[in-house]
Amino acid sequence: MLQSKSFVRKTKQGKVVKVVREHYLRDDIYCGASICQVCDSTGARLSPDASTILILDTNVVLNQIDLLENPAINEVVILSVVLEEVKNKNLSVYNRLRGLCGNALRKFFVFSNEYHKDTYIKAMVGESPNDRNDRAIRVAAQWYQKHLGSATRVLLITNDRENKRKATEEGIIAETVESYVKSLGQPDLLDLLVQPAAGDVSMEDAEDMRPSKKKVIYSEHKPMSEITSGLHRGIYHQGKLRVNRYNPFEAYVGSESIGDEIIIYGRSNMNRVFDGDIVAVELLPRDQWHEEKSLSIVDDDEDEDDNVHLAPSSADDAPRTTNIVQASSADSTSAPSRPTGRVVGIIKRNWHSYCGSLEPMPMPAGNGGIAHALFVSKDRRVPKIRIQTRQLGNLLDKRIIVAVDSWDCLSRYPSGHYVRTIGQIGDRDTESEVVLIENDIDSRPFSSQVLGCLPPIPWSVSTDDLANPNRQDLRHIRVFSVDPPGCRDIDDALHCTLLPSGNFEVGVHIADVTNFVHPGTPLDDEATQRGTSVYLVERRIDMLPKPLTEDICSLRADVERLAFSVIWEMTPEAEIISTRYTKSVIKSCAALSYVEAQARMDDSRFNDPLTTDLRNMNTLAKIMRQRRIEKGALTLASAEVKFQIDTETHDPLDIGMYQIREANQMVEEFMLAANISVAEKILKQFPVCSLLRRHPSPTREMLEPLLRTAAAVGLSLDVSSSKALADSLDHAVGDDPYFNKLIRILATRCMTQAVYFCSGDLSPPEYHHYGLAAPLYTHFTSPIRRYADVVVHRLLAAALGLCKLPTIFQDRPQLTNIADNLNYRHRNAQMASRASVELHTLIYFRNRPVDTEARIVKIRSNGFIVFVPKFGIEGPVYLTARSEKGSGEWTVDEQQQKVKKADGSVSYSVLQTVHVHLEVVEPQPNRPKLQLTLI
Amino acid sequence: MEYVSPEGLRLDGRRPMEMRQIRAEVGAVSKADGSAVFEMGNTKVIAAVYGPREVQNRSQQLNDQALVRCEYTMSNFSTGDRMRRPKGDRRSTEISLVIRQTMEACILTHLMPRSQIDIFVQVLQADGGTRSACINAATLALADAGIPMSDLVTSCSAGYLNSTPLLDLNYVEDSAGGPDVTVGILPKLDKVTLLQMDAKLPIDTFENVMQLATEGCKAIANYIREVLQENTKQLESRRGT
Ligand SMILES: [Zn+2]
Repeated sequence: MLQSKSFVRKTKQGKVVKVVREHYLRDDIYCGASICQVCDSTGARLSPDASTILILDTNVVLNQIDLLENPAINEVVILSVVLEEVKNKNLSVYNRLRGLCGNALRKFFVFSNEYHKDTYIKAMVGESPNDRNDRAIRVAAQWYQKHLGSATRVLLITNDRENKRKATEEGIIAETVESYVKSLGQPDLLDLLVQPAAGDVSMEDAEDMRPSKKKVIYSEHKPMSEITSGLHRGIYHQGKLRVNRYNPFEAYVGSESIGDEIIIYGRSNMNRVFDGDIVAVELLPRDQWHEEKSLSIVDDDEDEDDNVHLAPSSADDAPRTTNIVQASSADSTSAPSRPTGRVVGIIKRNWHSYCGSLEPMPMPAGNGGIAHALFVSKDRRVPKIRIQTRQLGNLLDKRIIVAVDSWDCLSRYPSGHYVRTIGQIGDRDTESEVVLIENDIDSRPFSSQVLGCLPPIPWSVSTDDLANPNRQDLRHIRVFSVDPPGCRDIDDALHCTLLPSGNFEVGVHIADVTNFVHPGTPLDDEATQRGTSVYLVERRIDMLPKPLTEDICSLRADVERLAFSVIWEMTPEAEIISTRYTKSVIKSCAALSYVEAQARMDDSRFNDPLTTDLRNMNTLAKIMRQRRIEKGALTLASAEVKFQIDTETHDPLDIGMYQIREANQMVEEFMLAANISVAEKILKQFPVCSLLRRHPSPTREMLEPLLRTAAAVGLSLDVSSSKALADSLDHAVGDDPYFNKLIRILATRCMTQAVYFCSGDLSPPEYHHYGLAAPLYTHFTSPIRRYADVVVHRLLAAALGLCKLPTIFQDRPQLTNIADNLNYRHRNAQMASRASVELHTLIYFRNRPVDTEARIVKIRSNGFIVFVPKFGIEGPVYLTARSEKGSGEWTVDEQQQKVKKADGSVSYSVLQTVHVHLEVVEPQPNRPKLQLTLI
Repeated sequence: MEYVSPEGLRLDGRRPMEMRQIRAEVGAVSKADGSAVFEMGNTKVIAAVYGPREVQNRSQQLNDQALVRCEYTMSNFSTGDRMRRPKGDRRSTEISLVIRQTMEACILTHLMPRSQIDIFVQVLQADGGTRSACINAATLALADAGIPMSDLVTSCSAGYLNSTPLLDLNYVEDSAGGPDVTVGILPKLDKVTLLQMDAKLPIDTFENVMQLATEGCKAIANYIREVLQENTKQLESRRGT
């Protein structure tokens, strides 16, 4: 094993501090061609009949990764010097390249030229690292040509003019990407090419097609050196930029140096940023801090048309501080002005590819079929992107993916290139895929490695499971489950037995997923990544493979299943006397739907033991619920809608509000209790590495919209604590029965969502769950569809001494990462569900225009926003045509939240009921949208 | 950070199971009774042994065995930043102790009662694995001094990065913060005399890593034996026998 003798040792030397590193050169690095007679061909990737082998220059990989991902490009040698350079310059491209090299279907071979004794070169005196690397690439290309002989053509692909010239001089065949792709004779591939920037070999036919008026639109970004010194001197502030989801011309930069968020208004101040970029910001003079707000609206000539969308269910879904009414009338003295700035430079770009469609345009005449089109992303935060295409006719009615290449200060829009087509616009499958891509949801089928971790089917409880002393046999107990109708992944079941003492034994039994999903397995890794199952209207993307979710783990009726149980002894007053936790074997006697359970409880003719259990539980649940509400838990409301889907076509048949029954609340109550009990147990055992869930208290600022609306209708809400708010919500009763629910819906959307966190990262007072008014909370009850619950199951098992705590729990940063990923996945899953509902709403109303009742929730200068309770959607209703915005015919009364006609004849105020007409219109071909008009 | 590329090469071009180039030279300090220089890649250590000799501080004298003392220092120029190092800081005290205990375990101290053996080890160049290099140098120096030993103790380290056990970590790999297992063995007796690790590792992984380090120790033992035999041959030829 000691091969050190065969090494030739060389040293590389560093800069300021002299760093000496060893660099071993080897003779056991092979060329990867399976025809090679000299080399060991076990790891070979290049096919035997390859007549041409491509060697890529770094700039080609960095710029043309979309092209490389196309299957037409094959027989490629990636040099380690290129890999290293790519890694330093762009990690995401590096990961994609690594993906290609690891893909067994593609013929990409990594040649470690830097460690090969014949291809390693030392930098010459005065040679820049770039030149040295270019030379290394040429040396490797030459070596390949010599090594493989004349039967194979080794082709160096480079867009660097200098490198190409030198290569040709040295006898290497070199070509630019453009000419190589052209030689392949597949014109569609040319769309994937990135437009060359200055300094590269220009495409012969690419005369500049940008707008002829070459005027500077944006200010130049400052060079990196100036930014660094500016940051140092405190005149610039660094931070990650977030674009307002609802107003692409408003962005926020969270800056640590001033400890506040800097707001950036308007296109020119934003200076070509993308959401997620790390930027350097300069503060504007203080006197410009406020008036910018109104400017931002004048500034954007783009259609900032609010579409009809699903009503937000929390503050995370709702627009932030974009209240046009407030902006236009607020006097700058009363409102504390927030720091406002402008972007001076971009430290790190967050460019990736975007989903969307092309802006409708006529077919260009002539020009060899090359058209310049504008791409509009689905994500409103992304600006339009200019692309060049040879297949315009093909793409106009498609959803496509486009990547950004560059954005110079002369062009209004960034330029990019086409990556691939998803499908027809408006087609349900295409749009669903767009939803998934936009939310970074992996919907690929599970890999064979993952499926390999599953136990063989048919599975049943084994004698080993029964003999396990840590697993209690609860098969004799009358356990049942209550779920939505048609639920196949049942992860919870319940039981309730009257004890001789008059107390109740109540059990919550949760599918024992961790008995099948072991840490460190591909199955576990996959579930960690997915984080949660995603529920779209017509399909479900599982976190775990189907055999587990629908069979092995699902606590179905009349089969023996493994469970993790929390069992309480409770008094008839629902006081918990004792709690125990155990792994168990159960046999559910009934899988009820909410409707069935409700019907049994309501129907006095039913007197069987199961119904009695249900009634007892319901009684206990009501007491527990009452007690929770007394402690200050909020009963919030959201406008969830439910579709009835055609089983055949998957098209929505009917739409309506989701009805919540007592049975739902009963199950929910016990799940909450189980989660709280488990949270207490794991935190006691593992104070620093428990995964918990908290719900931050909303700040007064967040509740501001609610208070303003309430004040306008003469209602005062006390928001000093969750208890106070809960009480004032209870007292908010208006003339009509829906008023209270409406206020609750408005309150809900002011709050952020609960998040997962690692207990070691925060102090105990911060663990608080505001909405539930619980000091501790976690997720234990849905391990089939949430990874957080899997983690918590492991923690609980370790707390009980049933198994060892997996090693990742000893590593807090890693646990924090997991919590962050879970929050991210959770959020995305929710957004995807909402987007899916929006999509189906649109499909549903396509042929069914309808008149319905709506409530005004926000007043705007040219109309108002209404909420349609029946369908859970909201959108703008315009009183004046949009072109004559603010023509003076209508005036807004901020205090009263009212919009009045100038002559006083008509007025609309907030929370008022109006009748609207709902229909799908198509203002532009292939761009259907919902429209609300006043009747 | 990627410490092992998917091609199976480490940052310096070695494969995971490969050691750096090692080199040893006996008799570098002529005044000492025994001395040696030991190199593992860019890590370079010099050791000098004085003794057995009279115990300097009578109160420390042991009546049934020899007193072994060890002093470890790092030269100011041993790392890139060339800083002045205080003598006797905690790290050197600890390493001194480790070396002393390891060497004591193989020296037949009961043959030399009421005497003292001093081992001085100095790091000339540090690039990871100094602990092991010091022990290997000390072994050579002791052998050079002709001090009776039960076996030649040798040491080597192994780590675990990117889910791969790696033999003989260099400075860059060592700074990754992963586990670093230093093993010292008596190769002929097949006994472990030193085992140190300053991180957590699952037990099955740990066994693999330790196994690898032990293999490394054996390879070093072979090399050290060669060096000593070569040295003896030279002495013979110089003496003219
Ligand atoms: Zn070959």
